[in-house]
Amino acid sequence: MKKIVCAALAAALILALCAGCAGGKTRTLNVYNWGEYISDGSEDSYDTIAEFKAWYEETYNEKIIVNYDTFQSNEDMYAKLSAGAVSYDVVIPSDYMIARMAAENMLLPLDFSNIPNYSYIDENFKGLYYDPDNAYSVPYAYGIVGVIYNANEVDEADAEGWDLMWNDKYSGRILQYNNPRDAFGTAMYKLGLDVNTTDKAQWDLAYNELMTQRPMLYGQVMDEIYNMMESGEAAIGSYYAGDYFTMLDAQADNVDLQFYYPDPTNYYIDAMCIPSCCQDKELAEIFINFMLSRDAAVANAEYTYYASPNRIVYTDEEYLDDLGEDTIAILYPETDDFAAAYNTYAYRNLSPETLDYINTLWENVKIN
Amino acid sequence: MKTASRIYTVLIFLFLFAPIAILLIFSFNEAKSLSVFSGFSLKWYRELFRDEATLTSVWNTLVLAFSAMVISTIVGTAAAVGIEKLRLRWLRSTLSTVTDIPMTNPDIITGISLMLMFVFVGRFFGLANSLSFWTMLLSHITFCLPYVILQVLPKLRQMDPALPEAAMDLGCTPVEAFFKVTLPEIMPGVITGAIMAFTMSLDDFVISYFTSGAGFQTLPIRIYNMTKKTVTPKMYALATIIFFVILALLLISNLTDEPKEKKLHRREN
Repeated sequence: MKKIVCAALAAALILALCAGCAGGKTRTLNVYNWGEYISDGSEDSYDTIAEFKAWYEETYNEKIIVNYDTFQSNEDMYAKLSAGAVSYDVVIPSDYMIARMAAENMLLPLDFSNIPNYSYIDENFKGLYYDPDNAYSVPYAYGIVGVIYNANEVDEADAEGWDLMWNDKYSGRILQYNNPRDAFGTAMYKLGLDVNTTDKAQWDLAYNELMTQRPMLYGQVMDEIYNMMESGEAAIGSYYAGDYFTMLDAQADNVDLQFYYPDPTNYYIDAMCIPSCCQDKELAEIFINFMLSRDAAVANAEYTYYASPNRIVYTDEEYLDDLGEDTIAILYPETDDFAAAYNTYAYRNLSPETLDYINTLWENVKIN
Repeated sequence: MKTASRIYTVLIFLFLFAPIAILLIFSFNEAKSLSVFSGFSLKWYRELFRDEATLTSVWNTLVLAFSAMVISTIVGTAAAVGIEKLRLRWLRSTLSTVTDIPMTNPDIITGISLMLMFVFVGRFFGLANSLSFWTMLLSHITFCLPYVILQVLPKLRQMDPALPEAAMDLGCTPVEAFFKVTLPEIMPGVITGAIMAFTMSLDDFVISYFTSGAGFQTLPIRIYNMTKKTVTPKMYALATIIFFVILALLLISNLTDEPKEKKLHRREN
């Protein structure tokens, strides 16, 4: 018995050692991305990380190890990086988090001579508020919030603006976000307020709006919305356009999900950045450049269903064919001035006092 | 009255097992939905076995749980023997209170404080990556220890202290007496402790989340991170497989344990 235990222990330690020290002579790249946010080879899709490894080893004739880890929210990622606990070479946070990290010197300026494919990025996605000098980030995907409804239950005539989510005709059938920023966002867009205001009175107005909506809600949800909308359990909710198509793929027979953009609405951009804990900046830039190349960019856009800021994606025949005209029309709506709309309506970092105030209001929404 | 209590029991089991049953059924669903069953298919099982990242995380979880189990069982048993031998009552109760801390402390506090400690020590040595497999292993050993100690201590108390003394009287060294007499006597406790440690390590999310480093994510972390979008049915397939493996293990251990139990009772009588 003792021998077995000892042998097993030794085996476990050796295994762990091998996992730990194998990176000695080869180059190592650590990527930190959102979960389910890259084409990973499932359902016969393109396996981005495997393809990158193969491409790199062929081009540079050098071994490479890629550690691909995932996070669940910007705040989780920030906590890990700011504690100095881990070092990643490429991270893909959202816009407001990029602004915060850049302000706290947590990001390194990129060397664009290693990222020639940056020229594919649409001009609309350059010089935005979170990175005015295009120094730190390369946009990966973007999305616009819309309202999703079940057309078998909801009258098409009512499907307009944010009012649908406050329509008492559909009382008990409406879903609201289960996080303060997005929930208050819906109310503030509805009232035409600035979602980044520091004026407490405006947050109070949004709070009152949420309280009138409260009795009409079926629930406050995050990713549960997928199942609830697909099955027809709830009839109205708001989420990103890309997620609507994920739901559409799985909707039940008696459900007819439709989608529209209220005006104004929320925009977000997730972009690839190099954090200051990076160990191999050149390799990180090579990876970012690879992510912008045609095959990888198209595969990721098709896998995540989010819109791509990459010109070779949204002009690609195969991509346009695969998604179909209707999908493209929703994912890439025509806007007069994307940058202006984005800079006005996207979420920005709020001061700790404002955040505290919102959280207090939010607790009241939740309790009542 | 009897029927009422039966209905009550049935209801409780229904609440406990209905979600698992739904998971099992929908792992064979053809579509991606957890609410609409569109046809029988093994598609998600095929997808699961192609998903290298998930399989790696399963492997990581098992390696971690196994290493944590082995180490915490050895250390925990030794600690229990040491605590039991202490003469001073206050020292003994202090020590067992201290060893219980990882169990009574909320996971999130244990997790964050361990992370901060690892980062502090890592900075001290100038490491870029303070967190790794090793920090996770250390944390898992930490929170598994009390479960082992709590299983072994009562067995030590039940044992007749004259037994190891008799062994030493007959020429055993204290170490031999421990391995030949004490250890076989407390073995049931050690094994239960080891199983508990394995289960706790396998199941842990919060502490792992804070102490995991680059390139080593366990299954619970991977699944949690999927909830930004939605958990794919691959995970239902994985849960089904885990469910049946554990069910099989439980059945086997129950079937093989039964004769031993009977023997024990006979001896006690």
